[in-house]
Amino acid sequence: MDFEFTAEQVAIRDTIRELVQDRVAPRAAEIDQTGEYPKDIETLFAENGILGVPFPEEYGGISGSSVTICMGIEEIAKACASSSLILAVQALGSYPILVAGSEEQKKRLCPPLASGEKIAAYALSEPGSGSDAAAMKTRAKKYGHEYVLNGTKQFITHGSVAGTLVVFAETQPGSDHRGISAFVLEREASPWTVAKLEHKLGIRGSPTAQIVLEDVKVPAANRLGDEGAGFKIALAVLDRSRPGIGAQALGIAEGAFDYALNYVKERQQFGQAIATFQGIQFMLADIATQIEAARHLVYRAATKVDAKAADLTKVAAMAKLFASDMAMRVTTDCVQLLGGYGYISDYPVERMMRDAKITQIYEGTNQIQRVVIARALLR
Amino acid sequence: MRPLAAEVDRDHRFPAEAIKAAAESGLMGVLIPREYGGAGMDALAFAICIEELAQACAATAVIVDVHTSVGTEPILLFGDEDQKRKWLPQLASGQLLGAFALTEPASGSDAAALKMTARRNGSGYVLNGTKVFITNIGRAGLYVVFARTGPDEKAAGITAFLVPADADGVRIGQVFGKMGLNGSPTGELVLEDVNIPESHRLGREGHGFTIAMRALDSGRIGISGQALGIAQAAIDEARTLMRERGHENSKGDVDVLDRLAGQGDDFSLADMATRVESARLLAYRAAWLCSQGKPFTREASMSKLHCTDTAMQVALDALQIAGHEGAVAGSPFERHVRDAKALQIYEGSNQVQRIVIARELLKAG
Repeated sequence: MDFEFTAEQVAIRDTIRELVQDRVAPRAAEIDQTGEYPKDIETLFAENGILGVPFPEEYGGISGSSVTICMGIEEIAKACASSSLILAVQALGSYPILVAGSEEQKKRLCPPLASGEKIAAYALSEPGSGSDAAAMKTRAKKYGHEYVLNGTKQFITHGSVAGTLVVFAETQPGSDHRGISAFVLEREASPWTVAKLEHKLGIRGSPTAQIVLEDVKVPAANRLGDEGAGFKIALAVLDRSRPGIGAQALGIAEGAFDYALNYVKERQQFGQAIATFQGIQFMLADIATQIEAARHLVYRAATKVDAKAADLTKVAAMAKLFASDMAMRVTTDCVQLLGGYGYISDYPVERMMRDAKITQIYEGTNQIQRVVIARALLR
Repeated sequence: MRPLAAEVDRDHRFPAEAIKAAAESGLMGVLIPREYGGAGMDALAFAICIEELAQACAATAVIVDVHTSVGTEPILLFGDEDQKRKWLPQLASGQLLGAFALTEPASGSDAAALKMTARRNGSGYVLNGTKVFITNIGRAGLYVVFARTGPDEKAAGITAFLVPADADGVRIGQVFGKMGLNGSPTGELVLEDVNIPESHRLGREGHGFTIAMRALDSGRIGISGQALGIAQAAIDEARTLMRERGHENSKGDVDVLDRLAGQGDDFSLADMATRVESARLLAYRAAWLCSQGKPFTREASMSKLHCTDTAMQVALDALQIAGHEGAVAGSPFERHVRDAKALQIYEGSNQVQRIVIARELLKAG
């Protein structure tokens, strides 16, 4: 199997690439150093239709294809991993609506997200339930036509800047994962509290929030799917979003490698460019080979998501696992190629190495990806 | 030192009180003979000291390590009696912090290509040039500086000098923001017409490169110790976390049958511990060879390469076990990752270690 990008996908990618190189790349170091959410980049993406990539045209978007989303995330991540999450999490936070929402819900909730008027977020993890998502404690109790939500969600990317938050909560406490339901919280009507923002190793410009829900009222019309269908929805969403994390990891690795490749061609030691040394050349060859392998796996997984292939769960997990492990190794090696300069903040590769680590952890740690893959193999 | 580590990292603050405590405990003069006010211990003892310090705080460890090995040993090994009497007691007591200035912007791995000049001027020398990536910058009282005295463009033209920080013309350039080791300042040392008397020249003219290489040989033992300390700290924290998560049953024993479904992290922990144990043996052997006065260049490079690669991998694996909470700033897991990376680069990048090892292996005879 091979993946061929359509002319339309290539056009979208090229637009994003140009915009990113002109407007995002020059901001990346500052975004990392200040640790502030780049609202200007969000606006830039909204104005240029980039936040519409995760949505089909009928819901106000321009694509809805996982392949196109991955192309966009990859391009942005080459320059700035924090900014790439603006697209990646717009997709993650919207997938529950696109996957499990009714036609009415999609028509009502998606257009403001596709236009970038609102930012989406996805709230599954809790302080006491990370990998064991089914152990969540957030409760949703039904009163007439609305639910009242109480609980705490942890490590919620963009939880502080989002206008639309998909929250998973127990509607049938005491039952296992079959008691979990999914809700869409619109901030004006169902306001949540941001208890704290984390300082992190990397992706510092992407706010990671702890969210507290205290008697938050949500209309029953904002429940996605049936009561008890939440856990299934959560997993179906992660299946679809994981290639995007793979694409982010891929972009981070490519960004670091582009920089390091130029550097070794310029840097002179022993009277010649260090790129002429075989020890360096072997590193370059290994890095490029790993990137190429990851790229194929990521787009193969995205193609399977678009085709709703039977084995998409397994391949999406493989893409996320392989690409993120690759990005960690590759960025670590790229810092090495720059030597002392790689370690200081005047150069971008140490930021990319710090940014790479989280791709091995979020949207299911790589241990969880292995569990998912093994389960698919042994089924 | 341990309670300071997170704060020193967060605030990019020199851990003055930790260094004072190290000095009071005699840790600044581990390698210096008793007659010069030191502890008179050997390379193995030194490696163990640095390992212990790095388990608590890698930034503190590198400050002490650079001071003790490359900052002090050149005087110990190559200084004349007057130089030893003048400088070693101050270094041993920690009254004076040492540093080592070899690297320049255009000469990193290719150290013999350095450009700093030392021009003869009457009975002394005038030094001019810029050094870069100098550990203990701004805090050191004495820099071991390598400069070119002869017309030879390669190693044979290099001479070592002792440059006091308060000499006229000594200036601190840029101090770098780094990925890790934030408590340990790294930056540029700029020398502008610095007059240095002949009594501050270390060894003969043209002997500087040999001094630098010998200093780095044993410096690599210190870096190995630092790597082991970081790796051990990462393992200990991962192990504590796994126990807290219930990887131990109520009797305090580990039942293999309870563990089968959770083998992923168990195997990772086992690999980490095995790697560190092998790295430790390699480091201690290099240190022992050095202590015995036997050749140890190859072993020191192997040790530096293996210990620092191990520290990087183990720090990453421990953070992976910790998951999200390990990536939050202030967590020791993410700090270990940022700290460990420097070790693969400094005191000879791991590429240079491979060059040294291969050269030693391919030598005739």
